[in-house]
Amino acid sequence: MTMKQAFRKTLALGALALAVSASPLLAQESVATLRSGTPLAENASPPPIAPVKNTDLRQVRNYPEQPPLIPHKIDGYQIDLNANQCLTCHSRTAVEISQAPMVSITHFMSRDNQFLASVTPRRYFCNQCHVPQGVTKDLVENGFVDIDQVLEYVSGQEGN
Amino acid sequence: MALTRRDMIKAQAVAAAAAAAGLPLPASAQNLVTDASLTDLKWSKAPCRFCGTGCSIMVATKAGRVVASHGDAEAPVNRGLNCVKGYFLSKIMYGKDRLTQPLLRKTDGVYDKEGEFTPVSWDEAFDIMAEKWKKALAEKGPKGIGMFGSGQWTVWEGYAASKLMKAGFRSNNIDPNARHCMASAVGGFMRTFGIDEPMGCYDDFENADAFVLWGSNMAEMHPILWTRIADRRFSHPGTQVAVLSTFKHRSFDLADIPAIFTPQTDMVLLNAIANYIIQNGAVNEDFVSKHVNFRKGVTDIGYGLRDDHPLQQAAANPNSGGSDPMSFEEFAEFVSEYTLEKAEEMSGVPVATIEKIAKLYADPNVKVMSLWTMGANQHTRGVWTNNMLYNLHLLTGKISTPGNSPFSLTGQPSACGTAREVGTFSHRLPADMVVVNPEHRAYAEKIWKLPEGTVPDWNGAHAVVQNRKLKDGDINAYWVQVNNNMQAAPNMMEEGLPGYRNPDNFIVVSDAYPTVTCEAADLILPTAMWVEKEGAYGNAERRTQFWHQLVDAPGESKSDMWQLVEFSKRFTTEEVWPAEILDANPEYKGKTLFDVLFANGQVDAFPLEETSDEYANHEAEDFGFYIQKGLFEEYAAFGRGKAHDLAPFETYHETRGLRWPVIDGKETKWRFKEGSDPYVTPGSDFEFYGKPDGKAVIFALPYEPPAEVPDEEYPFWLSTGRVLEHWHSGSMTQRVPELHKAVPDALCYMHPDDAKALGLRRGSAVKVSSRRGEIHTRVETRGRNKPPKGLIFVPWFDARQLINKVTLDATDPLSKQTDFKKCAVKIEALGA
Repeated sequence: MTMKQAFRKTLALGALALAVSASPLLAQESVATLRSGTPLAENASPPPIAPVKNTDLRQVRNYPEQPPLIPHKIDGYQIDLNANQCLTCHSRTAVEISQAPMVSITHFMSRDNQFLASVTPRRYFCNQCHVPQGVTKDLVENGFVDIDQVLEYVSGQEGN
Repeated sequence: MALTRRDMIKAQAVAAAAAAAGLPLPASAQNLVTDASLTDLKWSKAPCRFCGTGCSIMVATKAGRVVASHGDAEAPVNRGLNCVKGYFLSKIMYGKDRLTQPLLRKTDGVYDKEGEFTPVSWDEAFDIMAEKWKKALAEKGPKGIGMFGSGQWTVWEGYAASKLMKAGFRSNNIDPNARHCMASAVGGFMRTFGIDEPMGCYDDFENADAFVLWGSNMAEMHPILWTRIADRRFSHPGTQVAVLSTFKHRSFDLADIPAIFTPQTDMVLLNAIANYIIQNGAVNEDFVSKHVNFRKGVTDIGYGLRDDHPLQQAAANPNSGGSDPMSFEEFAEFVSEYTLEKAEEMSGVPVATIEKIAKLYADPNVKVMSLWTMGANQHTRGVWTNNMLYNLHLLTGKISTPGNSPFSLTGQPSACGTAREVGTFSHRLPADMVVVNPEHRAYAEKIWKLPEGTVPDWNGAHAVVQNRKLKDGDINAYWVQVNNNMQAAPNMMEEGLPGYRNPDNFIVVSDAYPTVTCEAADLILPTAMWVEKEGAYGNAERRTQFWHQLVDAPGESKSDMWQLVEFSKRFTTEEVWPAEILDANPEYKGKTLFDVLFANGQVDAFPLEETSDEYANHEAEDFGFYIQKGLFEEYAAFGRGKAHDLAPFETYHETRGLRWPVIDGKETKWRFKEGSDPYVTPGSDFEFYGKPDGKAVIFALPYEPPAEVPDEEYPFWLSTGRVLEHWHSGSMTQRVPELHKAVPDALCYMHPDDAKALGLRRGSAVKVSSRRGEIHTRVETRGRNKPPKGLIFVPWFDARQLINKVTLDATDPLSKQTDFKKCAVKIEALGA
């Protein structure tokens, strides 16, 4: 069998496996979940560029320490040597007008945990931690369990 | 959560009215849990799982689950910060498709290369592996097997793998994926200084007056180090940042001096700056006369392609790292042709810009930090480029002092700690020793308590050659751990995939998730990851950091170290060592590789009682001794007293890491400088003790062209790379919904004029193809990366768009590291 024929066979089996891949215990030809059954040698049609979620609705954080996601577009926002456009709405003094959330007080702390007169430059580039979300499906479900559910479980275990 | 904001306001209004009326609140309103037994979380430290920066993370666990994480405020590296990936570490272990049992390709119940992946027991998995390994060893000897590991192995995993391969199976065919990442940096260090890894440390960030990024995009790839540069730049006016790259990216947002250069002409710019320093009397003559030698490197060395490739056959001195001594005057003459005007002509960077950058080096009052990673390392002249970067700092004496720092950044969390320091490369042993040096082999055999001649004297197959040898059927039993090389390695369609699917070969892949590489394998082993095991990583500033096992791995997953050590029980010395070694050393007869490698009185020296009372340690429990400590202490014996001193094992569980060499309990911040490095001879001021005469080397090296350049048929340069939101091949981060949604797909970043000329616009579906393969993607003309005309950038994280089908497997002939930044491609509309 040539390499090409082998790939063809892979393709056919892959399609078959996809139809029955509900249970992980079943034998399967295609395991690379993220490729949704496209054989390694093939190229699937690329999905359209996802639009950015632009609802301004805040999302629940997975845990309090998680940086909030950006619920709006930031296309073309200027964050460079000259200006930080995010602070136009999110700075301490801007929020009365903008009604946007003020940057966290942690953002005023220096490397030595001292509060500064303004936002620390180590936090200057907002998009190193805060990211917008494309309107698109998850590739794989994530089974992370929120602390509230863990606490419910713990309470149940202890018979509380 | 179908509650809307309106519902919430309504509920609050009801509650307020109830409170005003003195009525008890309904149970659902008592929404704050306050019982300490419930709300207390167990917080423990662990280094981040991702890049080479080595941030420390605080990880919260409750009821056997990771429930939260944040940047460790006590850690000197990151002081409470994380990047977006780091903040989502809590979710990386919980993708629903975690592998939980071994999977073997079978048809009708028996192994079949073309069969379907079928769950099997660990016993059955090891049975078939041992059978295939023994067959390959019998037919081809130690060169018939191979292993591909990672800079994401923990220190003891890499050590166990290296020892099993090099001493157990007597095969040096083991290489880490750090070969794709750091090999040119290692080559640069060894050639210039005779000892690996940076002389400076991250404290340089708070001391430098200028930062020069050579082909690095730190804003995305080393975001926390970028916060330290941003902090310095903004809080100390006068600080300057120069950013050089082949395309505009996020780091340019902080650039005082931006420069876009034609691919490969970084070498021209480096020589032009060296020439400028000399022409303007800025050489630190005292430093140079005392601490530097000059050498002229051999040129025309080829491109690391297969020997029958025309480019290899055309090279006058293929793979030669040779050099001859020369004088300062001869060096000055050598670089004199690289004028600023010539540099502008070749690189496209204006003379005025080059001069600004040159002055940062030439001005004796400016403390300058040079920073580089893949732009300089993934380069067919990567070792030379590293050498040439050091040239600038050595000519000016701007080295080994706070803020004066040529700093080679690393890409993986333990590229330094495991791949380099442990020596998991095909040519290396621990503590910078090499397999071709008989004294080094003897030293290793002595520490390992193994017979003379156990460690083979030949350089093993490196990353790219391993794939070629799989395709050619020379390596038949192959094990991949902690990396996704089918997605990561170059030229997948011509080398990688045919190699793995070659019917003569048996491919084993250990991973936590079913990756692209798993799909190309024959046996998949489910693997414990990150805080599911006790571990140690070493970051880019020589900082060794430990963590405890914080949660259990799912199903039957086992750590890489457990898999390696357990597999060693399947072989006797008679099966893998030649009769002459056993006849000369009969006490090794009748033993398993486990007995001679891991139950040797050293690795098993520490009892279970020494493990932590607070944390589980499944491997130690399984083997019956504190195996991590045993492996670490045996390994540490290689470097103690040899300028690679590590602290005692326990110390690392108590600290936020220490930078080696650790002497008398104290870490070393700046090496080679008297007063900050105890290894420097008193009175010498500086001593580059990696070299026999204590002098570093300035190399005269010319510009040489890349292996492939755009032409009429393939008119665009292709550069690949990472993005901030995804780690490497995305196997962890694409399974975190927030990170996936932040950057859902790979895209073809290109100049809007190029798109327009091809009748394309943002969002157009295109085929990107080279002489080797193609991918299908979409055009992005307004994204964070803004290439100049004639160049495109495609990131490689996306399992659905495997850009390494397109890339070229040309390597630096000295370091054997692939150039992922330069090949020629064409772009055609897909009509969708």
